[in-house]
Amino acid sequence: MSQPFDEISAQLRRRHRKSARLKWISMGALGLAGLFLVLFFADMLVKGLPAFQQARIQVEVDYSERASQLPLAAVQENVRPLVSRGYLRLIPGRMDDNPELLGTTRMEWVLADGQVDQYLKGHHSKLRDSEQAVVDRLAAQGRAELRFNTTFFTRGDSKMPELAGIAAAAMGTVLTLLVTLAVSFPIGVMTAVYLEEFAPDNRVTQLIEININNLAAIPSILFGLLGLAIFINFFGVPRSTPVVGGLTLALMTLPVIIISTRTALRSVPDSIRHAAFGVGCSRWQVVRDHVLPLAMPGIMTGSIIGLAQAMGETAPLIIVGMVAFIPDVGGSFTEAATVLPAQIFTWAGEPDRAFIEKTSGGILVLLAVLITLNATAVVMRKKFERRW
Amino acid sequence: MNRILKTTVIAAAVMGVAGVAQARDQVRIVGSSTVYPFASYVAEEFGATTDFPTPVIESTGSGGGLRLFCNGVGEGTPDITNASRRIKVSEFERCAENGVTDITEAFIGYDGIAFAQSSANEAMDVTREQIFLALAAKVPVDGELVDNPYTQWSDIDASLPDREIAVYGPPTTSGTRDAFEELVMEAASEDMEAYGGEGYTDIRADGAFIDAGENDNLIVQRLAENTDAFGIFGYSFLEENSDSLIGSSIDGVEPTPEAIGSGEYPVARSLFFYVKNQHADEVPAMYEYANMFMSEQMISDLGYLKGIGLIPAPEELREQARQAVADHESLELADLK
Repeated sequence: MSQPFDEISAQLRRRHRKSARLKWISMGALGLAGLFLVLFFADMLVKGLPAFQQARIQVEVDYSERASQLPLAAVQENVRPLVSRGYLRLIPGRMDDNPELLGTTRMEWVLADGQVDQYLKGHHSKLRDSEQAVVDRLAAQGRAELRFNTTFFTRGDSKMPELAGIAAAAMGTVLTLLVTLAVSFPIGVMTAVYLEEFAPDNRVTQLIEININNLAAIPSILFGLLGLAIFINFFGVPRSTPVVGGLTLALMTLPVIIISTRTALRSVPDSIRHAAFGVGCSRWQVVRDHVLPLAMPGIMTGSIIGLAQAMGETAPLIIVGMVAFIPDVGGSFTEAATVLPAQIFTWAGEPDRAFIEKTSGGILVLLAVLITLNATAVVMRKKFERRW
Repeated sequence: MNRILKTTVIAAAVMGVAGVAQARDQVRIVGSSTVYPFASYVAEEFGATTDFPTPVIESTGSGGGLRLFCNGVGEGTPDITNASRRIKVSEFERCAENGVTDITEAFIGYDGIAFAQSSANEAMDVTREQIFLALAAKVPVDGELVDNPYTQWSDIDASLPDREIAVYGPPTTSGTRDAFEELVMEAASEDMEAYGGEGYTDIRADGAFIDAGENDNLIVQRLAENTDAFGIFGYSFLEENSDSLIGSSIDGVEPTPEAIGSGEYPVARSLFFYVKNQHADEVPAMYEYANMFMSEQMISDLGYLKGIGLIPAPEELREQARQAVADHESLELADLK
């Protein structure tokens, strides 16, 4: 009599073991993913945090007649190689703007050369022994120190690592995404509204649907080639500008917005539509006054995620020329610009070692922005989501 | 929803207006990734010290740059293209076909290609022939061409160390690879009878040569991990990483700026940029930029570009090149042959 029970309990044990094994394997997978994430973040933080500090040194600046012709003469010879050339070359301009400077000598905190910066941070530098001794002496006197690197957030790219910043790329990203949003949001939402609310269910609309789903999975570089062929070569939109970059990214973002908008529209229950029809609303009124407002949180979430995706994109932008050297922070849609990921890509290829920390610093900023965007999407969904 | 619609319409309108009012006082530059660091340095200096806007520079590779440059004359085409080799006859002809008939060539200096390894090893002297034998797809053995049989450096010559042949190098799209194939592979094989007096540039694909991508920093990083391996990359990367890498002397010449500048170091190439003279009226800043690039403060032995890896040419050649740019000398097909 007991035999069937034994068999059943043995089977049960086996099944429990199996499910326990599955649980451990999936936890292991999660743990592994977490480990990689931690390693990546730790690496980026260790390499990138120094980028937010920059060496400055206090030197005597002599605003002489000679310095207005030959800026190098403004500082004494022993500290000359330690002062950033980016600072020195602006001296003649400053003297033109402020004539009262002429003939005066002032102690000033000035931007140090990138090599001094690397030396103070304990990295490999190309300073000679005698120059290192001068830096050591300055540091001992409190005349050389690491301060918060405002330059990194206020300036564009530079060949001098101490002057390189992400502001131009950040501005380019903002302008590009504005164009992307302005183009892809209305077109995407309207397309989705038509397909979901107005279109008859026939072969043609099914074909369109399949194509939209397909587009969402196409490698982004193809959109770059399309952008080059259509916007630049055919319509003559200027190369390297936020307009052409934004239009190209809009093509890429469209399917994401269409798909998420359709999902959001579909989740609005039919009873709402029926009630509106019941009181005599036209189809357009139903959509505009009832369905769209209710679906808006879902649409916004999808759009933000689509934009975040577009923001991290580099491949299509290489093709339309947005991976360029841009030292000036622009403000126009039609001036050449670059974007954050492209800036990181450029820095990663620089021979100068000081750019390693700039690269990682740029990645940290990009990650921070992306996390903020995605968190906004999650918060919006949680806050406005409605259950029917 | 209404508000969103209105905003988009306004934004679109603004964009349209801005698009029409587009001026072109900004110089547009494309071309070689080797020249890019130098060109962008000059561009930055140009933007900071003159009233002109900073030129826009894209790193497209020498070939890609010349393709864009030769697309025609006018608004949408670049004014200047950088090249880590001379313009080819075919490219010059394509330029002419598209109406780009007045080009000035500017020679700015040299760049060496380093054959380097991790400094954990002892320095190794190699000849171009030995590098060729290590990397060619087919090599002559007893007078016949066979698939490359060498796996250790010591198989090629007993004086070389007993280390596995592993070389990280640039992909075929790179100008550095072109130069390496020409200056090492072709030069070494021309005198070998087995190839019938013609240069042989096929690189073996059995794993000894490892295509490491366009980014030279990646090669540098890999050499730190794989201390047995060698890397092929631009001289400036060797200089910048002098604490962790040592360059091999080639044919007995160490890769030093002096040796590269004097032409003694055999694996060196000339760097150029090309100016489209037909844009002179529309883009006046173009010549100002070119003249600044050619000035002594940039390309001489005391110039800024030396600090970031350019190998200056001898004074006489610099003077000649500077004069050619100042005079807007037009490049002729005959000059290239």
